[in-house]
Amino acid sequence: MSRTFVGMPPFPTAAREALADTQLRHNLAHATGVIRAKRAALVEEQGEVWEPLRLAGAAVKQRALDDLATHLLTLEEQLTSAGATVHWARDAAEASQVVLDVARAHDVDEVVKVKSMVTAEIGLNEHLEAHGVAAWETDLAELIVQLAGDLPSHILVPAIHRNRAEVREIFLREMASAGRPAPADLTDEPAVLAAAAREHLREKFLRAKVGVSGANFAIAETGSLVVVESEGNGRMCLTLPEVLVSVVGIEKVVPTWAELDPLMRLLPRSSTGERMNPYTSVWSGVREGDGPQEVHVVLLDNGRTRALADQVGRQALRCIRCSACLNVCPVYERTGGHAYGSVYPGPIGAILNPLLHGQGDPQTDSLPYASSLCGACFEACPVRIDIPEVLVHLRTQVVDAHRSDRVPKAEAAAMRATAWAFSDASRLGLVERAAGLSGRVLGRLTRSTLPGGRAALGRLPGPGAAWTTARDLPAPPPESFRAWWARTDGGREDGS
Amino acid sequence: MRVALLVTCVNDAMFPEVGKATVRLLRRLGVDVAFPEAQTCCGQPMVNTGYLDEAVPVVRAFAAAFAGYDAVVTPSGSCAGSARHQHGLVGRRGAENGSDPGLADDVAALPPTYELTEFLVDVLGVSDLGEHGAYFPHTVTYHPTCHSLRMLGVGDRPRGLLESVRGLRLRELPAAEQCCGFGGTFAVKNAEVSVAMGSDKARHVRATGAEVLVAGDSSCLMHIGGVLSRQRSGVRAVHLAEILASTEADAESA
Repeated sequence: MSRTFVGMPPFPTAAREALADTQLRHNLAHATGVIRAKRAALVEEQGEVWEPLRLAGAAVKQRALDDLATHLLTLEEQLTSAGATVHWARDAAEASQVVLDVARAHDVDEVVKVKSMVTAEIGLNEHLEAHGVAAWETDLAELIVQLAGDLPSHILVPAIHRNRAEVREIFLREMASAGRPAPADLTDEPAVLAAAAREHLREKFLRAKVGVSGANFAIAETGSLVVVESEGNGRMCLTLPEVLVSVVGIEKVVPTWAELDPLMRLLPRSSTGERMNPYTSVWSGVREGDGPQEVHVVLLDNGRTRALADQVGRQALRCIRCSACLNVCPVYERTGGHAYGSVYPGPIGAILNPLLHGQGDPQTDSLPYASSLCGACFEACPVRIDIPEVLVHLRTQVVDAHRSDRVPKAEAAAMRATAWAFSDASRLGLVERAAGLSGRVLGRLTRSTLPGGRAALGRLPGPGAAWTTARDLPAPPPESFRAWWARTDGGREDGS
Repeated sequence: MRVALLVTCVNDAMFPEVGKATVRLLRRLGVDVAFPEAQTCCGQPMVNTGYLDEAVPVVRAFAAAFAGYDAVVTPSGSCAGSARHQHGLVGRRGAENGSDPGLADDVAALPPTYELTEFLVDVLGVSDLGEHGAYFPHTVTYHPTCHSLRMLGVGDRPRGLLESVRGLRLRELPAAEQCCGFGGTFAVKNAEVSVAMGSDKARHVRATGAEVLVAGDSSCLMHIGGVLSRQRSGVRAVHLAEILASTEADAESA
């Protein structure tokens, strides 16, 4: 049975554990650094074309979202007339049940899967598994995660936290129980590992009657689904089985083929750091004698209409799951994806999960705070999602949800006290005088000195420990700036 | 032009020398900067932690302090960004919760807030501070703070000004554009991650061999400097304003 994210602790707790995982820290620093550099080189190469391209991509997705109902109905109409069966799913349970029903209708006990975020989001594999249907992941990284009974830690590269030696061990240990075993002389050469995966997967592709996918884009005007990938395993799943079920979030709709153009230029560059992805598969319903002869499309809400109703947050639905924001995020680089407790980690996960699920769960409520608001994600996002703006907006929602608490959190009390002092300069002056006095006492007690000679406070007890456990803190100065200004008339009187 | 100094709460309470240096520098360049004593804080600590209701009276104090000036100048990229990009949000909250319906209009009528190097380069047209006596005979490395870099887009202004200071040797900081990990309340709410980021930044600073780390935000410097100090690294954190204001007379008296 594969693991799930259910019951994960809030971000600061999960992050503490991840930070202590030396292998993870090393792998992530290396892997994110490599992808960052590849993307940066391609953006550089685009020069002045890049920003207009981002604006165009953002505009396409935003227009589609602004009139989503119309485009979805067009999509349904076109899909249906092309021979596909369209299902509408309000939530994860409904969508998973559609897939299970299709599998049961064909009396199969296994399906092959194209890498897809949305099926991970709805916990499809677990649902199928619980009802006796094995769901085989065929993307190399997803296969590694599935064989290891692990959790994905990156949108594009779910096994980014593993290095090749670990992958070799996983293949040797686990492949036999899932099908064709790994060769006994397996090395950790990437080409050798890929060959072992190919052999392992090939028998599944040839045997499976039902394929399951997501979609990167759904083109409304022709009822076409688009899957973008690197390995070609997705195309195997999309073309070999007799039956194909695709779960598609409603935000994936793009009204016309012309509007797909900027997105197809933005996605590979932002995602894998390539000018063009190796495989783009497109299918429109059923074509007689070519590919799956029974095609189902599940259009999924699962919180998306909730996100759409949020005026600031709705821009998150523009996301094309490229993972550029993860690769540039200094927090993600150090904690990895598991700490975010969701299949959507990193900056986009920190906004998407709360937007889809709402406030109230301590784990979800911790996510908007899992950021230093450095803005690297916004700078990298190909569809210009202002992630810092949405993070701050969601923090406000978290705080507002607790405003009627009978016992306010210590943080809320501290913020109210600070706001009280900051609302009136004379109050702030009093606080600064008290701090200056305490600084003189504390500075003397700790006998610590900052480089350059200023007195430091050393290690503080209580809430101050969060700062001083690993960082020195200067002792408050005996005289604040405002006191100096008042005493010297802004330095005009006493020189100093 | 009536120019007001937004010293920032962090500099006011913790780093008054940064405010004094800013005043000295601006006076040397012919700007008789005023210090509106009603000022407190730009409100960013509340806004960025999600406490918008609490930010309303703080931004009201800001609006009251700076109304009527022609320009506001501040030795902080972060606080300039807050004034420029967040006060509208707080103004709307004041109307929504009914506590201050006029705040949005009053904030919109405020003079522009400039980060110090923006003010020096764009408003005063200064590019060479050496001509104005700037002298700092030390090896320094410069960390571009996130909000000055990405929210304001100060670009090469700080570097250009630093390079014009006589005696100063500037060393390239590896991975300079990566966040130091301060992040306001992030530094304590996610202290472990903050320190992990800070220790990498400190490692890069030490790798330059510089004696002084310089940046345009005291809060980020307090964080990186705190790590450097705990490591007994022998590198001190100094605000950009203090270096730009430094002269040969300061070097002799030091």
